[in-house]
Amino acid sequence: MINPRLLLPVLSLAVLVAAVFWLQPRAMSYVGVNLLFNLAVPIALATVAQMVIIMVGDIDLSMGAFVSLIACITAAILPENPALGWAMLAGCVLTYAALGALIEARQLPAIVVTLGMSFIWGGAAVLILPSPGGSSPAWLTAIMKAKPPLVPMAIIASVSIAAVAHLLIMRSGFGVRLRALGGNLRAVSRAGRSTVRLRAMAYAVAGVFAVLAGMALVGLTTSGDANIALRYTLLSIAGVILGGGEFTGGRVSPIGAVIGALTLTLAGSFLSFLRLSPDWQIGAQGAILILVLAARLLVRRAEKRA
Amino acid sequence: MTRKGLLLTAALGLALGMPALADTAEKKIALSNNYAGNSWRQAMLESWARVTEKAVADGVVASADAFTTAENQATEQAAQIQNMILQGYDAIVLNAASPTALNGAVKEACDAGITVVSFDGIVTEPCAWRVKVDFVKMGRDEVEYLATRLPEGGNLLEIRGLAGVSVDDEIHQGIEEGVKAHPNFKIVGSVNGDWAQDVAQKAVAGILPSLPEIAGVVTQGGDGYGAAQAFAAAGRPTPVIIMGNRQDELKWWAEQRDANGYETVSTSIAPGVSTLAFWVAQQILDGQEVPKDLTVPFLSVTQETLDQALKDTPEGGVTNVDYSQDDAKKVIAESK
Repeated sequence: MINPRLLLPVLSLAVLVAAVFWLQPRAMSYVGVNLLFNLAVPIALATVAQMVIIMVGDIDLSMGAFVSLIACITAAILPENPALGWAMLAGCVLTYAALGALIEARQLPAIVVTLGMSFIWGGAAVLILPSPGGSSPAWLTAIMKAKPPLVPMAIIASVSIAAVAHLLIMRSGFGVRLRALGGNLRAVSRAGRSTVRLRAMAYAVAGVFAVLAGMALVGLTTSGDANIALRYTLLSIAGVILGGGEFTGGRVSPIGAVIGALTLTLAGSFLSFLRLSPDWQIGAQGAILILVLAARLLVRRAEKRA
Repeated sequence: MTRKGLLLTAALGLALGMPALADTAEKKIALSNNYAGNSWRQAMLESWARVTEKAVADGVVASADAFTTAENQATEQAAQIQNMILQGYDAIVLNAASPTALNGAVKEACDAGITVVSFDGIVTEPCAWRVKVDFVKMGRDEVEYLATRLPEGGNLLEIRGLAGVSVDDEIHQGIEEGVKAHPNFKIVGSVNGDWAQDVAQKAVAGILPSLPEIAGVVTQGGDGYGAAQAFAAAGRPTPVIIMGNRQDELKWWAEQRDANGYETVSTSIAPGVSTLAFWVAQQILDGQEVPKDLTVPFLSVTQETLDQALKDTPEGGVTNVDYSQDDAKKVIAESK
């Protein structure tokens, strides 16, 4: 049985894919599909990270800056000093967990904490990589640019991300507790669970996915830049919502989030194939978002009536 | 069309002296641009449109479309380049948002057999061509010019650009080299003018009271007029201020020249460098041997060319020039 929440994201992606193939038949090939979707892989990872935060009822405004920092660590430190690089990446995940604990323990608004942290991440990124450069570890590029038979890497990666996130969030007991935290905080604490610990774990999971996003990005670009992923903050939030998630907490869809990220990436290509003037592109991207969200509202209304 | 019609057209074409079709007549070139939000970039896009429209009409290339990303973001531009690969362009002319973050996409393009020529904002990927600006030389040339005007030397005020940007570092390095070569000059003060007249004016006005007599002001462009205003407001004699081809700078210079015979020089990079990159791409597609690193010539305005430059520069704009195929051939030959 397919979740009705997933129907709309799947449909929007299918329509966009059809439109892109019709506009640019050249894209309908192994190489073409890979070129269309490979930059969506890091976005999909960042979107899943954002989804975990939204799932526990928060929002992360530092996602773009954090992914940029990870990209800088991966490009500047990991190739030369793997031990230090891995330690720093682990430290980043632990910092994320600490943020979650702090937000829960002091009852701080996540939007303020993460906005503040975005400047700290940005500053750290510039300190680590003052001018654009660095290089991608060879094994990372090998993974990201691998050419497996039949199915392009971008598709395999997207499907794996969706599957892992789905199993972790929707199927495991751990995932159920995290979702409960966003859905009904009081019930969780009455059940005797430490909410501080749970929120810290949620942030740690988000941190792991965000670290993977930064590494995947460097694997594709082959070098770093302190401003490389600033766009990911808004993209990841839009991807979650596009994929059927809701800001109210507890109601998310990992598969939908990955599809949302793919849809957003494809929307950009679609507009560029249309030869739309750049002045209109940013508006058109917004229009696509509004269109999908409006369609969702209609579907929901129909559901209620039924 | 019938065979007769075809023959007739061919004859007509011959009679009218159609331009000889180059080998690149079937080639498609795309411009990937990361930003269009200031007058320099607008002039750059206008130059591109003007020159490529004519090149397409003359049958030199099949098309030359310009694409600008909506936001000045490297990831977005990387996606744009990957889309261009899919669209089947033969060459991509690139003004990059980041010197390194596009390398992955640029490599994909090279692997697909596409010629990539970066200019202004260049990329470090070895498979791409770079049309570079020698900013160090620009700084050195400023001091060289002052040395011819002020043989006995004197105190200099340096107006720098935006801190932390590589262009600022490079021009500054050139100025320092120049001062080392001409030890009778001494930099007695340095401020950041951020390449903007209002910022430069405020910064110079702030430091002037603490400075001895200034003989010359070395600048980075976009800051000369503001410096002149600050000297005038402080009631101090106007030194030799190097200008940067902005219209307000040229206008002030012409007024001073008419009033008291003021002399200086003005140097900057023409936004039309996009058209130079276009012709370089065309030459590469034509099968010419082109070195990977090319240097853009500066566009200088001197006492003799001031009136013409001022006439050609739009109000609030910067002096521009559209490059031709011959210019590109010359630049290529000089770089070999």
